[in-house]
Amino acid sequence: MTTVDDTVMIQAAGLTKRYGDAVVVDDFNLSVQAGELVVLLGGSGSGKTTTLKMINRLIEPTAGCVRLDGVDTAELPPHELRRRIGYVFQRIGLFPHMTVGENVAVVPELLGWPPGRIAARVDELLNLVELDPTLRDRRPSELSGGQQQRVGVARGLAAEPRVMLLDEPFGALDPVTRERLQQSFLRIRTRLALTTVFVTHDMTEALTLADRIGVMHGGRLLQLGTPRDLLTRPADDYVDRLMSTPRRQAAVVEALVEETPRGTPS
Amino acid sequence: MTELLALLPSYLTAHLQLTLLALLLSTGLSVPLGIAATRIAWLEQPSLALAGIIQTVPSLALLAAMVPVLAALDLQSIGFLPAIVGLTLYGVLPVLRNTVTGIAGVDPALKEAARGVGMTSRQQLLRVELPLAMPVIVAGIRTATVWVVGIATLSTPVGATSLGNYIFSGLQTRNYAAILVGCVAAAGLALLLDGLVRAIEVGLVRRRRGRLVAALGSIALLYAYAGGTLAAPMFSDRERPIVVGAKSFTEQYILSAAIAGWVEHQTGRPTSLLQSLGSLVAFDAVDSGEVDVYVDYTGTIWANEMGRAQVRAGRAEMLEGVRDFLEAGHGMTLATTLGFENTYALTVRAADADRFGLRTIGDLANLAPRLAIGADVEFFARPEWPAVRDAYGLNFREERAMDASLMYQAAATEEVDVISAYTTDGRITAYDLLVLEDDRGAIPPYDAIVVAGARLARDAPDVLDALARLGGAIDAERMRAMNLRVDERGEDPATVAAAFVEDLAGGR
Repeated sequence: MTTVDDTVMIQAAGLTKRYGDAVVVDDFNLSVQAGELVVLLGGSGSGKTTTLKMINRLIEPTAGCVRLDGVDTAELPPHELRRRIGYVFQRIGLFPHMTVGENVAVVPELLGWPPGRIAARVDELLNLVELDPTLRDRRPSELSGGQQQRVGVARGLAAEPRVMLLDEPFGALDPVTRERLQQSFLRIRTRLALTTVFVTHDMTEALTLADRIGVMHGGRLLQLGTPRDLLTRPADDYVDRLMSTPRRQAAVVEALVEETPRGTPS
Repeated sequence: MTELLALLPSYLTAHLQLTLLALLLSTGLSVPLGIAATRIAWLEQPSLALAGIIQTVPSLALLAAMVPVLAALDLQSIGFLPAIVGLTLYGVLPVLRNTVTGIAGVDPALKEAARGVGMTSRQQLLRVELPLAMPVIVAGIRTATVWVVGIATLSTPVGATSLGNYIFSGLQTRNYAAILVGCVAAAGLALLLDGLVRAIEVGLVRRRRGRLVAALGSIALLYAYAGGTLAAPMFSDRERPIVVGAKSFTEQYILSAAIAGWVEHQTGRPTSLLQSLGSLVAFDAVDSGEVDVYVDYTGTIWANEMGRAQVRAGRAEMLEGVRDFLEAGHGMTLATTLGFENTYALTVRAADADRFGLRTIGDLANLAPRLAIGADVEFFARPEWPAVRDAYGLNFREERAMDASLMYQAAATEEVDVISAYTTDGRITAYDLLVLEDDRGAIPPYDAIVVAGARLARDAPDVLDALARLGGAIDAERMRAMNLRVDERGEDPATVAAAFVEDLAGGR
């Protein structure tokens, strides 16, 4: 279904974050193939967001390292590293003093692209994230939550990164909008062959989007596998309990559908 | 009123120069300091605390304090510089505090987003933090603007011309129209500048290009005007006028205008007035060359400048002592004595004098515990007071300090019973008061003398000659009459002075 090749795009080895005595992320190891979408799934305090932020050095690891396309990220100036990685924030984080177009153009501006190329890119991206191009001169505050996060995604994609990090990007949206954005994002990442790490606490979202899911709890990666692996062969009790929720919900929905008499006018 | 408004362009220009430069400096100082304080943790508390302390110093005292501070640093201590330094310091706090608050108040999620998209620390500041903090910073600049415009009126006593000249001279000569003109002009200027800063903010935030350009253009024009007028004297080859100084009371306003008029009449040289100087500032201003000539009183220089408050001296002895001090110590010239003495005198209502048989200060001794004495704010702190009190064994029920212009009224309305009047004050007659005789000679002599700065002796001997011809031209009676015309009949000091000059010129 997706274009995954054998190249390892992101490799985290022994990634650890401690604040004093508290261990937030403990010896995290993960290899993400080029073009693959890995979801980090876990509750609050599981260490998933910290892990994500260590990949682009928004948080510096206490120990361990991240290699991006074979290069140790510790060797790059952090701002240059971040310009090469698209990042979509949990709280959207659009700059309120800039228009939609200027928000999308932030990273190309930082990279010093010529204005013509930036303008063309902004149009292309608004189109890609399915936003009306007339919105480009609006302020973020004039947009709905769903539209704002589409802009957030467009901003993350602006400088044609090969790697995207998304931190619970759709968490604050209503279910219908969330579903639409998820589908949009799946189309985009397939089209652009993006290597993606996606953080969420929503199991249905994880199962819908992921090539592989990494379940995190208490700062540790408990299990890494395909959605099917996790559903059928949970590695431990926590993962099993976690997966029981979508299974039970699916059963409830199925039962409701079964009970509905056929031919009844709706 | 026309005479008042004729002064407006020069006062307003001077006020604008002070305000605009001080605001530019305090903003230029505070915004970078505020930014630094948000980035260097240990800097925040000390810088805010220091600015806060400066703010709690009463503004008049802050400006006055700049005079000795700058003098100690061997800088221009009278006039523009002390005013600018004081006003700049005063404008620092609101801008600094708002810069720190504004930047600290930027949503942490947006700061992280700025980092996350790959901005360097500098880009985060310039592209995200400062633009988002801008409304708060501008609010601080607007506060500073209004404050500085208002406080700039207090530049007058340190020798910088401002709209405060209207207010200080108006208060002293009870010219309420002058006070009103000064206040209205200052308020109008504050509103105008505040409006322009506000227009810049709106232009930036709402991206109204037209409004932004108009506001920036207006401010640039104001700065160009202020800068141009400030720099103009440096490039002008016109003769520097003879600057006549005046302290802030009626007699000084009249005498400074009279001296200026006389010098122009006699020598044809241009003159200008620098009025409402603080009592000690006036001497320093002549010493430093900011002012060329002013009228002082022997007892004042004897006590304040020569530090001989405790040394009793006769009139002639004191006059010679002061002359030596001025000439040998400061290169100044005692150009002449005007012919009157303006000294402190204990004064009572004539009716009381009759009733209690009061003629000398000594007669008060028994009565004093039942009486209240009023004096100007300076008097009780001056050496004359303990000297008189001890010489006559006076022990008043109450001592009340008040503005000199209110003192006579207070005596008339029996708020106080004795006042330390000035012997040349016309209001002694107007309010039917009686001067008690200082038969024990406790109050030192205060002969009015014309003090000229070193420049006149060097470059303008003709002016010194003209000043010398004022010798003995004004006796106490004449001075009192002139003071009365201003204080009680509401005439302009300049008008009274002009009449005097005309009379003197015609008579000789």
